[in-house]
Amino acid sequence: MVEAKWIARCFLFASIAGSASGLCAAEPMRESFLQPMGPVADEQFNHLLRVIGITMVVILPVLVGVPLILWRYRYSAPLGEYTPRWEFSKKLEWVLWGVPVLVVVVLASWLWYSTQKLDPYEPLGPEPLQVQAIGLDWKWVFIYPDEGIATVNELALPVGRPVELTLTTDTVMQSLLISSLTGQIYAMPGMTTKLNFAATRPGVAEGENTQFNGTSFGRQKFTVRAMTPTDYATWTAGGGGGLLLDEATYTILRRQTVLAEARQDLGLEGTAQPIRMRATEDGILERIVAKYHTSGRRAHGWGGTGRPSDNSVQTAE
Amino acid sequence: MNEATSPIFGNLNWQVTPYTDLLRDVNSSTIVGAGAASVLVLGTIAGVALLTYMRWWGPLYRNWLTSPDAKKIGIMYIALALIMLARGIIEGFVMRTHQATALGTLAQQESGLVAPDHFAQLFSTHGTIMIFFVAMPLLIGLINFVLPQQLGARDMAFPVVNQVSLGLTTVGAALVMISLLIGKFGTGGWTMYPPYTGIEYSPGEGVDYWLWAILISGIGSTLTGMNFAVTIFKERAPGMHFMRMPLFCWTSLCVAIMMIYAMPALTVSSAMLALDRYAGFHFFTNEAGGNMMNYANIFWMFGHPEVYILILPAFGVFSEISSTYSGKRLYGYTSLVIASMSIAVISFTVWLHHFFTMGQSAGVNIAFGIATMIIGIPTGVKIYDWMATMWRGRVRITAPIVYLTGFFLLFVIGGLSGIILANPSIDYQVHNSTFLVAHFHNVIIPGVLYGMLAGIHYWFPKAFGFRLDEAWGRRTAFLFVGGFVFTFLPLYVLGLMGMPRRSPTFQNPDFMPWMYIAGFGAVLMLCALTSLFWTFWTSYRNRLALAVPGGDPWNGSTLEWSTPAPAPEWTFPRIPHVQARHDWGETKRSNDPWRAPKQYCDIEMPSNTPHGLLIAGASFCFAFAMVWHIWWLAILSFLAVPGLIALRGMMIIEPKIIKAAEVEEADCRFRQQVANLSAVTRADEETSRNRGVPDVSEFAG
Repeated sequence: MVEAKWIARCFLFASIAGSASGLCAAEPMRESFLQPMGPVADEQFNHLLRVIGITMVVILPVLVGVPLILWRYRYSAPLGEYTPRWEFSKKLEWVLWGVPVLVVVVLASWLWYSTQKLDPYEPLGPEPLQVQAIGLDWKWVFIYPDEGIATVNELALPVGRPVELTLTTDTVMQSLLISSLTGQIYAMPGMTTKLNFAATRPGVAEGENTQFNGTSFGRQKFTVRAMTPTDYATWTAGGGGGLLLDEATYTILRRQTVLAEARQDLGLEGTAQPIRMRATEDGILERIVAKYHTSGRRAHGWGGTGRPSDNSVQTAE
Repeated sequence: MNEATSPIFGNLNWQVTPYTDLLRDVNSSTIVGAGAASVLVLGTIAGVALLTYMRWWGPLYRNWLTSPDAKKIGIMYIALALIMLARGIIEGFVMRTHQATALGTLAQQESGLVAPDHFAQLFSTHGTIMIFFVAMPLLIGLINFVLPQQLGARDMAFPVVNQVSLGLTTVGAALVMISLLIGKFGTGGWTMYPPYTGIEYSPGEGVDYWLWAILISGIGSTLTGMNFAVTIFKERAPGMHFMRMPLFCWTSLCVAIMMIYAMPALTVSSAMLALDRYAGFHFFTNEAGGNMMNYANIFWMFGHPEVYILILPAFGVFSEISSTYSGKRLYGYTSLVIASMSIAVISFTVWLHHFFTMGQSAGVNIAFGIATMIIGIPTGVKIYDWMATMWRGRVRITAPIVYLTGFFLLFVIGGLSGIILANPSIDYQVHNSTFLVAHFHNVIIPGVLYGMLAGIHYWFPKAFGFRLDEAWGRRTAFLFVGGFVFTFLPLYVLGLMGMPRRSPTFQNPDFMPWMYIAGFGAVLMLCALTSLFWTFWTSYRNRLALAVPGGDPWNGSTLEWSTPAPAPEWTFPRIPHVQARHDWGETKRSNDPWRAPKQYCDIEMPSNTPHGLLIAGASFCFAFAMVWHIWWLAILSFLAVPGLIALRGMMIIEPKIIKAAEVEEADCRFRQQVANLSAVTRADEETSRNRGVPDVSEFAG
């Protein structure tokens, strides 16, 4: 019964596939939308489970039916009848086309609903906290224009208040993802995009760039701190510290470095601790976006344009 | 970049090989790089030595490289694809090994088997190779081999263009190969999104290697699409109506149409990027009005139809094998035709789902998300149709059926993750993550790779006259199934855990168990690759026992099984008059299927020509010169291409005439041989009693 052995193996592979997808729901995970910290990620997770559930209507018949057919109609010891010239059944056609159509109608309705609901451009409530994100090579600068604070690789948020993040980059295209809070959106030079989300419980999460942008792409992560409103008030009251986000500082940050190297360039200790700065100048993000709309006048923009040359990295410190 | 461009050697100098890197700094990354270059160099030397020692240069040139025979061109495409597959799988293995050693911290330099830049080259070449130089040559090769035989045609509509297409594809593959030894490859992934791949952020030869490989092989694929389409429209045997064509021909037609419309978009996006890089244009740069969103838009106008270009031939193969190995007619022929054509059309309307996260409005995302789901309907119908084909059949569990089973069970999981990704709201989470990587490997490996390997196993006897060893064939299939399961299902989990694709390092220790499982899967994939080559070798050694001169080892129903194995150059002694959809099956049902034609006549075949070889040579010189800025060579070789075409246009080219007597002699020998062979039932199909003459009384489909 060699055939039987193969079919048993097929079952085995199917069950491995099944258990692997089952495990991913059971395994405790950090820093992911499977443990949502806010309403957007929560709804995304629910929608994921919903889609898996609905799609099972068309998938389970294959996963169950194929092994059964192979077993029942195997050449060596067939069990069922043999109808070699049977090639069409009108009733069966209705089922084969009808069921997938119905499933897609249901899925499409849910898709419409959830896409509209989770549109990242729609604020989650009145007066969202305004934060700006500037993607640089291998780090993120966050600016709190209303608080006059800027950070590198740290995004602090008050729990319960909607947040509106406005993104751009001053280098190649990047994509900002805070999985446990919301989805990602591309950040592109000369353009802004938006992410609206909120945190519902305090906690620390990881945010990251997901669009490959060179050597140290793997280390372009940032810390997201969802704080209670009082903790957040303390955090903002702490101010920006000794550093000022001016053109000189920004030019150093703009170099192709990771956070630890940028800290050294700024005369700080070379750890992965986020940097805090005062951001007193107005319209930093707008000036960075505008750099890409003045054709032919390179290097006059705020902090320079183009790829920072390797020399400037060499002359750091 | 070098300080100065030499007028003779361009940017080439002795500093560009991985050996220089190795001398500068000995570490695991430079050792891997130099090792790969050495494999290329030693492999080439060994190949040249073998050809010289066996005195095979002459036969290789006369019988293969200059042959316009679609069957031989098909075989050469597949040989190219298998060589590139070996490199692609080994690269995959190196990447999995690297990530299993790449856990790091934010403050420390990246560690692991290879350096981050090296890793980026690996994922870029891996993707480029697997899509353009494995999947495409596999399917183009298989269609070249099978299509004319199934249509009852002698050859493609344009045999010499076919040669040129093969040549151009090989040039692309050669450029990617030579980047192992001379210079570096680009690091922007197989999609090479600017502005990262613009001249400012990616100076040097890397992106240029990709550009010229894609531009040149892309032109080859466009020509191939035209060739297939014209062949199907104009070269069908009398009586071969559209609705009598085997399903594989239908999917080939879909592929041909899609190639004609999709490949030019890739040529345009690559040409624009090339103009940006070479001529200071600003299509996709950050400043002077450039906008990278246009690149993504144009690239995926090609890119999405492309994935259906890849999958549809495999669907054609599955239609053929599910019917043949079940001893039963294909269920729902018309349904399958409609489904294939719908997929071909709808595939042009979904490309935006590759960048749901670019910031467009929810309405646009909804439209493309729903379009993406709609394409799942015909795909689902096809899967059910093949199940219905096997239902109430008599299924022989041969190697192709193992592949088909693996396809059924795994492809639906890929379909599920595809439906998940089609939801913009979820895509915002898993886009650019290893979930996506798992998804497209989940559809491309069980779909395209299994389909093509099943097709190779199925039609191999028609090409070489002997079957592939079934036991080893099945072992290979099981290894590919197991290798896939262990390598890629963990990537789903990692993606949901938030791991981005293309990560040279990561900091989350929870990833490690999944990395080890995926690493084990990569070992299985290497075993599968070895087993695949061993299957060919061991079958070659046992070719006498496995020989099927009767030409119909599986008791098939389509035209190609009516001819000897291996099929002669002219395929059919007389062009058949097709009477039914399963013409050979119907012939077998009537008495004496191997009746000789009443009369033989001279057959006109295209004569051999080195035209394709010369065009390929000139194109390679042009591309290499452009990559290294050797302008004099670029100009000369660029002019050589129209020169060669004009030269051929001015020559009088006589077709090769095969005399009626020669055809008659060969054909009578074949019919005599069939008469002397004893028919074999399907129970003995896998034994050495199978000489390619089936028991026709058993044919029931």
